[in-house]
Amino acid sequence: MSAAEGGQPPHRELGLTDAEYDLIREKMGREPNGVELAMFSLLWSEHCAYKHSRKLLRQLPTEGPRVVMGPGENAGAVDVGDGWSVAFKVESHNHPSAVEPFQGAATGVGGILRDVIALGARPIAILDSLRFGEPDTERTRYLVDGVVRGIGHYGNSMGIPTVGGEIYFEPPYEQNPLVNAMCVGLARTDEMVRAAAAGAGNKVVLFGSLTGRDGIGGASVLASAELDEGDDAKRPTVQIGDPFEEAKLLECCQELLAEGLLVSLQDLGAAGLTSSAGEMASAGGTGIDIDVGLVPLREADMEPFEIMVSESQERMLAVVEPDEVEAVLALCAKWQTASAVVGEVTDSGAFRILKHGETVGEIRVEDLVDGCPLYDLDPAEPAEWIYPNRGTLRPEADASESLLSLLAAPSIASKRWAYDQYDSVVGSRTVHRAGAADAAVLNLPESDRAIAVAIDGNGRRVACDPRQGTIEATLECAANLACVGAEPLGVTNCLNFGNPEKPTVAWQLGQAIEGLAAACRALGAPVVGGNVSLYNETPSGPIYPTPVVGMVGELFDPERAAGEPWREGDAVAIVGPLNPSLAGSELEKQRGQLGRGLPAAEIEPVKAAIELVREAVRAGEVRTATDVSDGGIATALAELAIRSGIGLRADLAPVIAQHDCSGEDALFGEGPGGFVLAGDRQALERLGGRGVQVELIGAVAGDLIEIVADDRTAKVLLGEATAAHDSLDRRIESDQPGLTH
Amino acid sequence: MIWGVLQFPGSCDERDALNACQIAGGGSGESARLVWHEETDLSGLDAIVVPGGFSYGDYLRAGAIARFSPAMTAVAEFAAAGRPVLGICNGFQVLCESGLLPGALLTNEGTRFICRQGELVVGEADSPFLAALEPGRRISIPFKHQSGRFFAPPELLASIEANRQVAFRYAPGQNPNGSLNDIAGVTNEAGNVLGLMPHPEHAVEAFTGSTDGLALFRGVAESLAGSAA
Repeated sequence: MSAAEGGQPPHRELGLTDAEYDLIREKMGREPNGVELAMFSLLWSEHCAYKHSRKLLRQLPTEGPRVVMGPGENAGAVDVGDGWSVAFKVESHNHPSAVEPFQGAATGVGGILRDVIALGARPIAILDSLRFGEPDTERTRYLVDGVVRGIGHYGNSMGIPTVGGEIYFEPPYEQNPLVNAMCVGLARTDEMVRAAAAGAGNKVVLFGSLTGRDGIGGASVLASAELDEGDDAKRPTVQIGDPFEEAKLLECCQELLAEGLLVSLQDLGAAGLTSSAGEMASAGGTGIDIDVGLVPLREADMEPFEIMVSESQERMLAVVEPDEVEAVLALCAKWQTASAVVGEVTDSGAFRILKHGETVGEIRVEDLVDGCPLYDLDPAEPAEWIYPNRGTLRPEADASESLLSLLAAPSIASKRWAYDQYDSVVGSRTVHRAGAADAAVLNLPESDRAIAVAIDGNGRRVACDPRQGTIEATLECAANLACVGAEPLGVTNCLNFGNPEKPTVAWQLGQAIEGLAAACRALGAPVVGGNVSLYNETPSGPIYPTPVVGMVGELFDPERAAGEPWREGDAVAIVGPLNPSLAGSELEKQRGQLGRGLPAAEIEPVKAAIELVREAVRAGEVRTATDVSDGGIATALAELAIRSGIGLRADLAPVIAQHDCSGEDALFGEGPGGFVLAGDRQALERLGGRGVQVELIGAVAGDLIEIVADDRTAKVLLGEATAAHDSLDRRIESDQPGLTH
Repeated sequence: MIWGVLQFPGSCDERDALNACQIAGGGSGESARLVWHEETDLSGLDAIVVPGGFSYGDYLRAGAIARFSPAMTAVAEFAAAGRPVLGICNGFQVLCESGLLPGALLTNEGTRFICRQGELVVGEADSPFLAALEPGRRISIPFKHQSGRFFAPPELLASIEANRQVAFRYAPGQNPNGSLNDIAGVTNEAGNVLGLMPHPEHAVEAFTGSTDGLALFRGVAESLAGSAA
């Protein structure tokens, strides 16, 4: 609609502010035409330009001796020895999944796989971090079902194992679920390829799916504004995934790179050809010509701007030397995937759009890719708790009832219902499957070691204290890795927040990034890539601020990854500085008593505990290890009992004495820096005296879980606990709406 | 011996199958190779694996397109000559679609994709793939599929049972998909072609929790060595 018809001027319809539009005119020295305006609107969107977060992100540590590729590439990568690198990245597909959960999640997985494929790596694992509302509404059950099926559909069909992840259910995600997918890939370091265009005269080859009208402005439009009523009308902007096409694309890319036929490679994601070609030229300091008349189309009559912004999935862009073009096209034909030379690298510094040789748009690459203004935020700390509180636990519930209620909490209960729908074994690397240990472990015989991968982020605790909550999420990732004997190599992250133009959200974002930077620096774990997803907000308010941290670590003996069940007679110890508190805990949530604030916790003592546990696991001194997180020590103990099929008797007196806390705090309090270790008593005792608290609290036996804590005792039958922990599938499968896939 | 592992566009488990063949062959690199779907020359190969995955995308029906591939024409001749052919998951579906094995695989009763470790009971079929497995033995291997419900019309099912063509059944209580008679795998009448839905190629290394799947690959090697001697 044009302004003359009484609507918004075109640039506002496309999401640009008046000031941004004026800047575009100033940079171009004229009015942009329709093609140019469409291209600007996408690359200057929040999703592509990070205009509200880029300044803050500068404080993250990005360098380290093992970093091979850092932020700015399609994914980050770290060296894992013997000439091999592991590439990884996490990315969100929140808004598309809110609008169409199956395709939204499927294409989220497809997109992150392509980021890793574009580096020349073969994906070897997928992890997912998901957030939904409580499963007692039909909408949430519909979203959960669609998202889990969508993830499975894409990963399973591609033959990439889904090995881990997390799912939280909290009311603030009811209308705005989060779907963050992480991919881990493996590559020969010397065969990895960058995304920078190079060599004027080199050809630009587009290959993969045909370009259609699907997802015109999809990710960039959906991800750059709040969700509101009438979003069903946005369904056509959600892309449709085709994992078969991507499976061919993966093999094709691997062969192209193995044959040394490519100068550079880039995937097409949000903002399609505009973004991938523009960023290639920007990274290489070149110009680029793209002739839309040469692009293989699904629909013949597409306009130039539609071709430039289409978000059709499963497409890649490569720069190829003229002599190699024939070989590249032949390999694409072998893999039955469409391919065409669509343009050329130039030294003009301009991004020129042609149609059958005639120029239809021309923008300086620099203006398009780096010209978007970056904004300072206007943060303000909220005076009080801004999220709902809803009590679900009887106030008079005793410790035993509370424990069962925590084990049945959807966020804590076993996620087997979801994991069983994912192929976790393809690829012959999976040592620990999802749910079997704190971190997924993947064998890497290529370099005689294994890697461990974890993904974490507890939005509720971040809402209580964004800085401390984000530090905790990062420490928990490292703690999960320690439980399988792995040392962190690098970090990726996805920052899911509400509208950054609102002061409270701006404050949450600033605090969280500060926390992430502090924790990563302390752990010596550089941030090698990531993604920011803002405007996760509906008329009922913002989501919990949800930084999701993904971490990759290495271990040298997958046989010693401490994932074994505990055994009758094993001693049980609590290790680390954990000072349990009900603030921000799952129990406080169930009581409807959430409020602002978390107890401060020093990073260094937690780091020392993480190192002690890692070394103990590596030395084979413990049979099993887990970190204390949601639901506190009692929940961690009960989960190990359930996993192992044997109960325990424990007395938390040493924890209470150490921290002068209440029995209830000791049972259900949360906080960073706590581990449960089980194994041989003498071996556990030997862990003491190394500067980290180690308290023996009990022994494994029988079919009862009995945990004494001063005036409170949680005492439940193993069978009852198991039934509570396995209750999620019944809650999600109840009144399942009609299945559409 | 040298194994050939078919590779279609959309195959997923071909590398796992290759790995299993190589481990079964003692780790020598000469023991297995991929066979591209357009290849028709299987000379020099002693046994064929049609692996899991989604051949050609499986949009129409699992295995429905792959049966027409040039490589499958060659596999049909290979099988007709009495030589060993193993179909795993999608490979089982392809062999059924090709008419090399009886029955059909339908969508799981629960409609969902399932992936979990489970137990199979070895059947009484006479097949080189079962040479190292006595009937009644239990093996632990991953179940992993969305269209794995074995179906055959009553007369065919009766003849499969009567001819002792059942290679594997899901252990009691572990049928994950509603397969008739708990059937997880069958052979052709001659026994040289065997198809199963679960994944022996994912159970060949100790770190994955089970090495029970190796027996199928080693069984063939033993029976080939036996017949050569």
